[in-house]
Amino acid sequence: MSESLSFILSVIPDLVGGLWTTLQISVASFALGIALAVILLPLRVFAPPLLSIFARGYVELFRGTPLLVQLLLIYFGLPSLGIKLDAYTACVLAIGLNSAAYQSEILRSAVKSIPEFQFLAAESLGFSTVQTYRYVVLPQALRVAVPALVNEVVTLIKESSLASVLGVVELTRRGEYLVAYTFRALEVYVAVALIYLAVCSLMSQATRYLEAKLRIPGYERVSA
Amino acid sequence: MRNPVLLVEGLKAGYGRHEVLRGVNLRVGKGERVVVMGPSGSGKSTLLKCAVCLVKPTAGRIVLDGDEVTSDHVDLRKVRAKTGFVFQQYNLFPHMTVLRNLTLPLEAVKKVPRNEAERRAMEILREFDLEEFAHRYPLQLSGGQQQRVAIARALLMDPVLLLLDEPTSALDPELRLEVLEMLIEVAKQGRSMLIVTHELDFAKAAADRIVLMDNGVIMEEGKPSEILSHPKSERARRFLVEIEARIERPRAPVKG
Repeated sequence: MSESLSFILSVIPDLVGGLWTTLQISVASFALGIALAVILLPLRVFAPPLLSIFARGYVELFRGTPLLVQLLLIYFGLPSLGIKLDAYTACVLAIGLNSAAYQSEILRSAVKSIPEFQFLAAESLGFSTVQTYRYVVLPQALRVAVPALVNEVVTLIKESSLASVLGVVELTRRGEYLVAYTFRALEVYVAVALIYLAVCSLMSQATRYLEAKLRIPGYERVSA
Repeated sequence: MRNPVLLVEGLKAGYGRHEVLRGVNLRVGKGERVVVMGPSGSGKSTLLKCAVCLVKPTAGRIVLDGDEVTSDHVDLRKVRAKTGFVFQQYNLFPHMTVLRNLTLPLEAVKKVPRNEAERRAMEILREFDLEEFAHRYPLQLSGGQQQRVAIARALLMDPVLLLLDEPTSALDPELRLEVLEMLIEVAKQGRSMLIVTHELDFAKAAADRIVLMDNGVIMEEGKPSEILSHPKSERARRFLVEIEARIERPRAPVKG
């Protein structure tokens, strides 16, 4: 038993090299996701019929199909259309496009959570729509969205393990290599799981810290 | 009243098939303080919101300080920047300090530089005894204090017309008085006001005219002394008896 434990500990440094790639994929696809979500958001909120149907279709498409299938389509399917991507780029693209669907939903519901009277107040003061969003709606909506967005990062860290299917040497793939060398699947995958767990719980801690930091003073009195 | 600040002619408005205003005519002269009263659902609040097009009228004409609000070509932002609107629920921005709530509209809408905006904001906060709240957040204040800040924010824009939609009715009786005192002070400064309220004390102390609404039309209007003591119609009399009985009045003046 203690031999297993020390084996687990001994492979962790080896695996951490893969963690770096895992984090790169997660951060890059989160960034791509939020950039697209910010573009999709006004399409959904202001709803000029045709564009809003496009935005809704996008969200439905990416939420209604498995991420693995999307990944395979982009990596193995697109080359038939003449678009050939390396495995790493294909992963970031697939996970990012997928995440955009979820992130745009997060942002949309955050904006919808801002009470109507805030819009009325801004409007009555003579704010333009852009000013209303910039000064009043978005600063509050982002506060609302932060826990869900951090949660999305956690999800991406875990989902990035699918990149191993395309042969990207991230944390999970690194684990597979080690198993091939050592034939000790149990210990290696326990170590892999522990690393994911450590990173993800760190993120959850960060949420709590951010939430406390961003809380609107006096808000606890009202919600209590 | 050659130069009305607000002119309303044949105003109709509604939500869907439900008609809330069914032909309202109203003039508010420069420096005049007009109180609008009436049973709930009579269209008072909608009338106020129509004045700056927060609710879009379905028919009629509204002219505010020379601007045709009901025309398709009007710049509504300009009209709204010229008026102050105070809501029942204060409507301060909760994520900004009191000071920022005051300076932001000046900077964003009137393009006043930051330090000038701050100077003016502090000045008005001092004037109404709100200085100590400058760096607090709205939700850390009582309802009465929030509403006073909201009124100060509206005044800071130096509006040609101050519109107030039941500014005291969301407040506990003991908090209403401080807001009422502030409103009477504002009224004395000679600013044009159109205010929906059932505060008879305000009407008696500061109103030039009372407009009684019922069922989407004006049922009676006149000087407070006439309307309050000699209402012409039976409906108006019944309504006045009702609010007199319903309103719980704070007894002793409490200084905030």
